Amino acid sequence: MIEISHLTKTFDGFTAIDDLSFTVEEGEVLGFLGPNGAGKSTTMKIITGFLGASSGSVTVHGHDIATDPLAVKSLIGYLPEGAPSYPDMTVMEFLEFIAAVRGFSGEEKKRRIAKVVREVELGEVCHKTIDTLSKGFKRRVGLAQAIIHDPKVLILDEPTDGLDPNQKHQVRQLIRDLARDRIVVISTHILEEVSAVCTRAIIIAAGRIVADGTPKELEARSHLFGAVSIQLTQDFDLAAALEGVEEVADIEPSDEERRRFIIIPVPGKQIFSKVLDRVQSEHWPVAEFHLVEGLLEHFFRSVTSQGAASQPGTSRGARASRQSANQQQG
Amino acid sequence: MKNMGIIFKRELAGYFATPLAYVFIVIFLVMSGIFTFDMGGFYVRGQADLMPFFSFHPWLYLFMIPAIAMGLWADERKSGTIELLMTLPVTLSDAVLGKFLAAWALSGVALLLTFPIWITVNYLGDPDNGVIVAAYLGSWLMAGGFLAIGSCMSAMTRNSVIAFILTVAICFVFVASGTEIILNALRWAPQILIDAVAALSFLTHFDSISKGVLDLRDILFFVIFIGSWLFASAIVIEIKKAN
Repeated sequence: MIEISHLTKTFDGFTAIDDLSFTVEEGEVLGFLGPNGAGKSTTMKIITGFLGASSGSVTVHGHDIATDPLAVKSLIGYLPEGAPSYPDMTVMEFLEFIAAVRGFSGEEKKRRIAKVVREVELGEVCHKTIDTLSKGFKRRVGLAQAIIHDPKVLILDEPTDGLDPNQKHQVRQLIRDLARDRIVVISTHILEEVSAVCTRAIIIAAGRIVADGTPKELEARSHLFGAVSIQLTQDFDLAAALEGVEEVADIEPSDEERRRFIIIPVPGKQIFSKVLDRVQSEHWPVAEFHLVEGLLEHFFRSVTSQGAASQPGTSRGARASRQSANQQQG
Repeated sequence: MKNMGIIFKRELAGYFATPLAYVFIVIFLVMSGIFTFDMGGFYVRGQADLMPFFSFHPWLYLFMIPAIAMGLWADERKSGTIELLMTLPVTLSDAVLGKFLAAWALSGVALLLTFPIWITVNYLGDPDNGVIVAAYLGSWLMAGGFLAIGSCMSAMTRNSVIAFILTVAICFVFVASGTEIILNALRWAPQILIDAVAALSFLTHFDSISKGVLDLRDILFFVIFIGSWLFASAIVIEIKKAN
């Protein structure tokens, strides 16, 4: 279990992390989200013992990182941002070095290296210098060193950054496979990744937690949850056509395409089938009709842009969204 | 301790994985030869010793050693591997010592490869080999002193060229403070200050060792000097790793 309690980190007067507290249990894959500079990487650097905290504490399986760093570091496998590795070494030499530092030798070391090479598919580049590898392979080398000791806790800072879609898929599959009976924390900008691999997501902005829940729960908190996107083929008075459907709270024109509208339901209500009935029975000029997708992204934008706009921020942001919710209901 | 050995091995292999080690050794040997036979007047002196060889070492090291020290930490910072290294289960002292010892071993290898000069002097005459062994030891200790400064300067910056220049500048201070020029310029000062400045110089301690006088105080000077600069390196790394 990772327990983070009142963690604060300041750099020369700038507060990167502001009183952060949360715990992560075995079996959880925690997605750590936030805009650039929100404090994701800093938090990971503190958990892994690279940086010291200004105040607050981090314990991993009962070991405090401040008082017993070596015990914590032995438990954690870490892929730092950008997957750094020694460019002049070959993949094999690098993995041998990491395995040796992790305390393996002889047959055990060989076995472990062979296993990770197979898992992240490094076979063909084993004897190449890391310097000469493509970005995708470098990232996989970084992953290999992070999992070589079968860590109880895996911390991956942007594990799929710079990978092509096939490689992303592969890495996600690997993360899902690794997730059983251990803790995985990943940071990412890619929100689809969170829905794909994470069992829980924490969104931070300006060093504070602004949302914490399963990806589904966070999606449900978006004001577009249950909203319907409709593409019309010609001008048509949607507002008039939807007259009398009580569950519809609002109709917004889409800012991305002409004649696309978002029909927003009253919170907690379903409108999809009701509206669909009308579309069919009244023969609306419709080209496309579906539930709004990318809810996590909408939710992410709503909580992080408010947080960034008003500095101490989160409380004001939360108040603002409550007010708009009230208006919708009233 | 075990991890220090692993880091030592990785670093040393790293020097030989790139041309750095070979370039360093070759240039070191060529320069030693030029200094000894050409500028040092090895033959003209008509004496069977290696004074011309060793007396140029402080000046040779002044430019050679910073070249192997400059990347020690600056490169780790630049490539981000410092984050990898410091989140592995190794202590900071393992890392600082392992890296330092690897660089020191490289300078030791270069020094040992000057053995043809030693063979030459034994072939031509009948030198005091005890003095020569002492001088080799002193030279290696002095190289360690230069390297320890380089380790600390390299920890200060992510740019290895800056680390090189800083190391040369500081090493120069520790070499030059023992020269006649500096000590004469300080004649106005109280004797105790002049002695203090001279006592901090590599030249003062290296001169006596290279004459075959293995005084414990001279050896201690280098050991403490190396220890202090490595300790400073550790502090600098700890402070600077955040940025």
